Amino acid sequence: MTTTTTAKKAGSLANWTDERLGASKGVKFLARKIFPDHWSFMLGEVALYSFIILLLTGVFLSLFYIPSAGHTVYDGVYAPLVNQQVSEAYASTVGISFDVRGGLLMRQIHHWAALVFVAAMTVHMFRVFFTGAFRKPRELNWVIGCVLVLLGIVEGFLGYSLPDDLLSGTGIRIASSIILAIPVVGSYLSFFLFGGEFPGESFIPRIYTIHVLLLPAIFLALIGAHLVMLVIQKHTQYPGPGRTNTNVVGYPLFPVYTAKAGGFFFIVFGVITLLSALVTINPIWAYGGYDPSPVTAGSQPDWYMGFMDGAVRLMTGWGEFTAFGFTWSFNILIPALLIPGLMTIPLILYPWIEQWATGDRREHHLLDRPRNVPTRTALGAMGITFYILLWISGGNDIMATVLRLSINDITLTLRVLIFILPPVVYIVTKRICLGMQRKDRDKVLHGRETAVIVRTESGEYFEVHEPLDEYKRWNLVQHETHEPLAELPSEDANGVRRPGAGSGWKRRLSKFYFEQRVEPVTPAELAAAHHDHHGHEAIEATSAHH
Amino acid sequence: MSENQNLPDVAREDGHGTVAVSQRFDNPGLPPHRQRVTDIDAAAAKRAERQVATLFGLSGVGTILALVAYFALPYDLEAGYIEHLGQVKLSNALIGVGLFIALFGIGAGAVHWAKTLMPDEERVEERHELRGSDEDRAAALGILSEGAEEAGLGRRPLIRNSLIGAMALAPLPAVVLLRDLGPMPEAKLSETIWKKGTPLVRDPEGGKLKASDLVNGSVVHVLPEGLEETEHPLNEKAKAPVLLIRLDPELLDEASSAGAYEGIVAYSKICTHMGCPVALYEQQTHHLLCPCHQSTFDLRQNCKVIFGPARRPLPQLPITVDEEGYLVAADGFHEAVGPSFWERG
Repeated sequence: MTTTTTAKKAGSLANWTDERLGASKGVKFLARKIFPDHWSFMLGEVALYSFIILLLTGVFLSLFYIPSAGHTVYDGVYAPLVNQQVSEAYASTVGISFDVRGGLLMRQIHHWAALVFVAAMTVHMFRVFFTGAFRKPRELNWVIGCVLVLLGIVEGFLGYSLPDDLLSGTGIRIASSIILAIPVVGSYLSFFLFGGEFPGESFIPRIYTIHVLLLPAIFLALIGAHLVMLVIQKHTQYPGPGRTNTNVVGYPLFPVYTAKAGGFFFIVFGVITLLSALVTINPIWAYGGYDPSPVTAGSQPDWYMGFMDGAVRLMTGWGEFTAFGFTWSFNILIPALLIPGLMTIPLILYPWIEQWATGDRREHHLLDRPRNVPTRTALGAMGITFYILLWISGGNDIMATVLRLSINDITLTLRVLIFILPPVVYIVTKRICLGMQRKDRDKVLHGRETAVIVRTESGEYFEVHEPLDEYKRWNLVQHETHEPLAELPSEDANGVRRPGAGSGWKRRLSKFYFEQRVEPVTPAELAAAHHDHHGHEAIEATSAHH
Repeated sequence: MSENQNLPDVAREDGHGTVAVSQRFDNPGLPPHRQRVTDIDAAAAKRAERQVATLFGLSGVGTILALVAYFALPYDLEAGYIEHLGQVKLSNALIGVGLFIALFGIGAGAVHWAKTLMPDEERVEERHELRGSDEDRAAALGILSEGAEEAGLGRRPLIRNSLIGAMALAPLPAVVLLRDLGPMPEAKLSETIWKKGTPLVRDPEGGKLKASDLVNGSVVHVLPEGLEETEHPLNEKAKAPVLLIRLDPELLDEASSAGAYEGIVAYSKICTHMGCPVALYEQQTHHLLCPCHQSTFDLRQNCKVIFGPARRPLPQLPITVDEEGYLVAADGFHEAVGPSFWERG
């Protein structure tokens, strides 16, 4: 086929679609759209691609899985289970693993992809947080992202429960106990959810529908909205020479990003496949079907449930008491419901909390370097420390076995650390950020240390500093800092309320955020530093003002 | 380049000063573009082209490997041979490695193609403010208020209010329809099938026990006889498991001695915290440990909680022997077993 006939054929196909769908307008709008490039923007892509992998492998699994808790006698190829009373869900999952060629691989890809999905969403969220990508106009997309992470955890837990094996059944039992602990309605909720007593036979088919229909539909809708907003608002970009708040610098969707992002999908799919081919995950045949009587030592949920399990493990029993003839199980309610709630709500509201402190209502399309917003960065580090400590607590038994330590000592230590370490990390992170900003100032004012020592004629030694070129310098001076709200009286001289002066709380929050700050170097300061070679005073001169 | 391009210098609330614009550096603009080897050297470009094609070719090889592994590896498993686990894993591993090469080859080839041969000069696109122009906003507002006026929303409050009322009531059937999701709890959470005279049988193998079957320090998992004949055996099994332990009678305190038989005590195995089986027995310390959240119960203190998130001791099942000498329950549990619930009291 010659080039001209190919072009003609393509032309007639394009004409066919355009006359029916107006496709040319879409191509014109989308194909040359510019997207900025940075490795950290791939984290969200990893999440999106693992979701697609989950859909593909999930459809395969649903062709063989039987969502029923009905009793059956296992008579498959795995000898240790033969003649055991198990549920159809469990027997069919073992069947997928051993009787369906490639079935074990598909199960493992599905499970690994689920772990990667939640992990990628979480790290993507960290990236968005630390770079301030959640600021106006992207607050709504931040909220959608938070909801997606939460739903991802729920969806993962339900999928993990579907095989009805001993380990996941123990997890459901814990979930049912959390529901039972809810005041007033707990018993009723539990009986409605399980169709009677735990475990019953209704739960597996019910969560199957939620896992394969309800939640995936919500995911598709939310991910769709997430991406549509991304296109409408255009992607944020890191600051740099030539990048401004009013432009986007990068590569066009077609062909560069089509190849890069499309190729990256295959890379993610490939790597997850390799992991699943070589690393066993969730060997349910070794656990056996669910039975309320036995249990294995070292029971662990999937990683994303670890923080909640850890919170439950850290708690003491004092929270449970009887009052007015009813049982109040705060030993369960606090770690399993209150703490996750207290972690989630400020996270979702964070864009507005920070906006309240800055009073900044402008659109922001240039990302922050985390060091340039020390308080936010320190708050984030504090939150992550809290989360990781809970997560570690979820593995206290494994740590005790591996490290040969007393589990009681580990738990007691973690109970103390959970209160002490997060604030310490907050302070240290903030100091590190301020220090890095001062270092940036130093570099701008005095240039890069070249490690070349020169002796002058008079015998004086000094190190040669090489001034930064204007592009490198711009990276270090482009940001702006916020000042705390002025301590103005809230009424002016005539006793009229001063608009926008802010309440006391608002001023306090603003002070908390911006009292300590390091201003970027100004041209005047740079000129002064060049004039005076020993101008170290200039580094601190502006950084210390409050 | 204008001075204020980095952020629009919009007048802001009182007290929110930022560094004055004149004190800032100017954005130097995009640095000069540096060409890649493949941009200037035709041989390098040709080499990159071959590399991309090789990666795509490798992907094809991976697909063939996956197919060969699928069809050629033995998978004719017969029941009863645990060695087949190795075959299963080999088959899955090779299909997986083949798929990896097939997928990764496409991905790596496409990315390499984009990075070496597609244009790498960054382009600039202007952003536009997201809000509509003042005219657009005024027009939109006009349309909405005109529409509301046409519908008579303001003039006919009767229609508006009755619609709100109807909409508020309409979801009620949806809530009511969920009623049959499950029965009422009644007293089910507080009851087990243990009652006076129920024999203790081994879990899982079955078989009644005599006191002489237990030596000092031994622990036996037991269930009530007749569990399988109940209407919902699994539901009963979620409440009924019991641990039977024989201790030196002198180690038992007064309360636990009352329900013991010759130093043999029986306690509910269902954790009072979250219902996991408290299956770990430390012979030296006489502690029972729950593997889920590490609640620890002391057998010498009537299974009082000595560590962890549980609050209540494991309920004791009073035991005795029948006329044939088999261990039986002297009575049912005196309280609800398992995790707490609101009505437990």
